[in-house]
Amino acid sequence: MSAVWTAVVVGSVGCYLLKLAGLSVPAAWVEQPWVARVVDFVPAALLAALVAVQGLTSGNELVVDGRLAGLAVAALALALRAPFIVVLVLAGAAGAGVHLVTT
Amino acid sequence: MPVDRARTVRDSMGLGLAVGLYGVAFGASADAAGLDAWQAMVLSALMFTGASQFAMVGVLGAGGSPAAAVGSALLLGTRNTVYGVRMAPLLAPRGALRRAGAAHWVIDETTAMAVAAPDRETGRLAFWVTGASIYLGWNVMTLVGVLGASGLGGTASAALDSVVPAAFLALLWPRLRRGFAEHTVQRRVAVGGAVVALALTPFVPAGVQVIAAAVAVALAGRPRRQVAA
Repeated sequence: MSAVWTAVVVGSVGCYLLKLAGLSVPAAWVEQPWVARVVDFVPAALLAALVAVQGLTSGNELVVDGRLAGLAVAALALALRAPFIVVLVLAGAAGAGVHLVTT
Repeated sequence: MPVDRARTVRDSMGLGLAVGLYGVAFGASADAAGLDAWQAMVLSALMFTGASQFAMVGVLGAGGSPAAAVGSALLLGTRNTVYGVRMAPLLAPRGALRRAGAAHWVIDETTAMAVAAPDRETGRLAFWVTGASIYLGWNVMTLVGVLGASGLGGTASAALDSVVPAAFLALLWPRLRRGFAEHTVQRRVAVGGAVVALALTPFVPAGVQVIAAAVAVALAGRPRRQVAA
């Protein structure tokens, strides 16, 4: 089995067990204040890190290219409460536009 | 009440359609990250929790190790554990088999719909209808996305490269809006996470900086101290 397949299977089983644990463990285990805070805030840290890594890096280097233009357009669209699909189409168009102009 | 039930079914199915659009984006992201159609489909069918799936293909696409990809998926998956604790009394699944089945559909959207329902009976209906419609839409649209994205030319793949970070931004955005619980702390944590990830990028193997960004919670996530009057 390839490394990617292993990651797909292990990640899927792990995520399922996290869901099952919620329905199975005594509520008091999870309802500790520090657990609640970590769970509330970890998604913001991880999603922001993924925005930064996907938008501004390539391998071990920081790179500025059309993706940054896409992110700027996406942020503007989100601030104007555009629907998800509109945000993605505009971001894609911006990235494609920069690609056409710079190559 | 029939009116509540009809509205719950309608809203739940509408949500399934809307989430299906994210499924297209996920399928396209998986393809851009180098996963094949089967791997994308297995993730949508078995992992079935959007943010974790996006994180997994995001880290793999950035050249990260499988271990880093699994780690970031699991960190984002801990949300569902807390949802499960909240949903357990409402769902009260009888027997291990029914509990194992219900657990697979404990995600952001099903929890939100069930908790928002006016009573327990409607809440359970909302959970099952939302779960079924999202499961169907998410899996079908993943296939559409992964097949549609393969075989694109240079300009189209530049477009797709810009769509992936925008999709993460769209997942993050609601947490930063006024009205989300402690949105100012969420904003600090988000900025902290992005800064930590970018600062570590030159020095750590790809993908590790995403997991390391979780330390931003410790750095910036402390509740604001109440000043004694």
